[in-house]
Amino acid sequence: MAPPSPRRPGFSRRAQFSIFASYVIALSGLAVALLLVLTARFDPQGHNALQSLASDIAAPASGLGRDLTLRFAEATEEISGYIHAGTKNAALSRDLAAAQRQGVEATALRAENQRLKALLGIVDKDYAPIAAARLVSSTGASSRRYATLAAGSTQGIANGQPVVGPEGLVGRIVAVGRQSARVLLIVDAANVTPVKRASDGTPALAIGNGDGRLTLRPLSGGSSPFRAGDVFITSGSGGIYRPNIPVAQALNSSREGTLARPMADPNRADYVIVEPVFQAPAPEAPSAFATEGKR
Amino acid sequence: MARGYEPRLNRKSAPWALIGIPAISVLLGSLTALPPNIATYPFLPPLGLLMLLAWRTLVRDLWPSWVPLLFGFFDDLFSGQPMGSAMLLWTSVFLILDIFDRWMMWRDYRQDWIIAGTLIAIVLLAGVGIANSAGGATPVIVILPQILVSVLAFPLAVRACAWLDQWRWRL
Repeated sequence: MAPPSPRRPGFSRRAQFSIFASYVIALSGLAVALLLVLTARFDPQGHNALQSLASDIAAPASGLGRDLTLRFAEATEEISGYIHAGTKNAALSRDLAAAQRQGVEATALRAENQRLKALLGIVDKDYAPIAAARLVSSTGASSRRYATLAAGSTQGIANGQPVVGPEGLVGRIVAVGRQSARVLLIVDAANVTPVKRASDGTPALAIGNGDGRLTLRPLSGGSSPFRAGDVFITSGSGGIYRPNIPVAQALNSSREGTLARPMADPNRADYVIVEPVFQAPAPEAPSAFATEGKR
Repeated sequence: MARGYEPRLNRKSAPWALIGIPAISVLLGSLTALPPNIATYPFLPPLGLLMLLAWRTLVRDLWPSWVPLLFGFFDDLFSGQPMGSAMLLWTSVFLILDIFDRWMMWRDYRQDWIIAGTLIAIVLLAGVGIANSAGGATPVIVILPQILVSVLAFPLAVRACAWLDQWRWRL
């Protein structure tokens, strides 16, 4: 005998009505959900409020789990470190000797740089960090690449501020709760970062792929001039990110768009720093300079 | 282990456990979207949806058709999708499954897997569509591995639910 279907309750009026009512609720709920999805497009801030509240509640628990994960990662690294100890030691001593030489050169260069800057009257603006906090969790099941930061509006964090890890740019803040904030990682497909090649300043755009890598598009037309190994830093054009934060390293050189690996692996960054929004300096008023030049 | 005499017939089950254990298992599944590591690509199966579908497969009359609205709302809070995304998709899945129940009286395990796998794939693809309409730009090819993992994980979710199902009657 076929199993009795719970959706066909026989002659009981009561059961029939309750099933009818459940379908009415389901369909009207569907309409509400559809409305929510459609309005999310035009009013993302209002929709983020609920999600920020939820992440405020969940962030402390995630932080605890994150502690354990980092411990575990450290332990595995230490064990694998023992296995390659001998060869690594030799390579590291060679690197250290070279680095010490370069360090001395760098000190000399820094001194010279400061002297020249003082001569030209350039004042470096300090970018005092707003907060240092931890990335505690991320949205592993969604196609968007958001991470949760364990600091919020009470620490002075606001929308649009860049998030920088020890190795480079991580992303920027897109939603703020009281004790937590949501970070859009640079590898999200909707995130575009203006960058330049560190060696010669060739401008490009770093666009997320959504799969943990970035695509570099040169601003100049023609085939891509980038080669594997090129390092890219933020150019500071357009504001938000201050110049000279490491962003990505090119992986290959192909005709259309170069694939790149982000410099900062957010999974290994214990603490990240939230910086104020960079405002590109306004260009000098041209009129005064021009008239002076003519005189 | 020495256990006292327990009647095996006509036992009273705890009423909270009969509804509570399935509900808690689905909510915990939704919370696993928050792993304590920072994912740079989507790799986790949507465990909330998998648990919900597994319960629906095993115990057909456990929940009325509007229940995915509540579970979807909870999932949306944490998943990173725009609000309403899981509410819309999961409720649609339940309504589609109701239609399947009318068509096919008898279903074996493999047919259930095929139906659930197809629905999971559709939900994930539609989820990308919804996320992209609300400001994302993720290419579809990125989530193909996630779809594969999710479809393969469905039998495990059914196993887990079957085990929980036995457990909830014994409490």
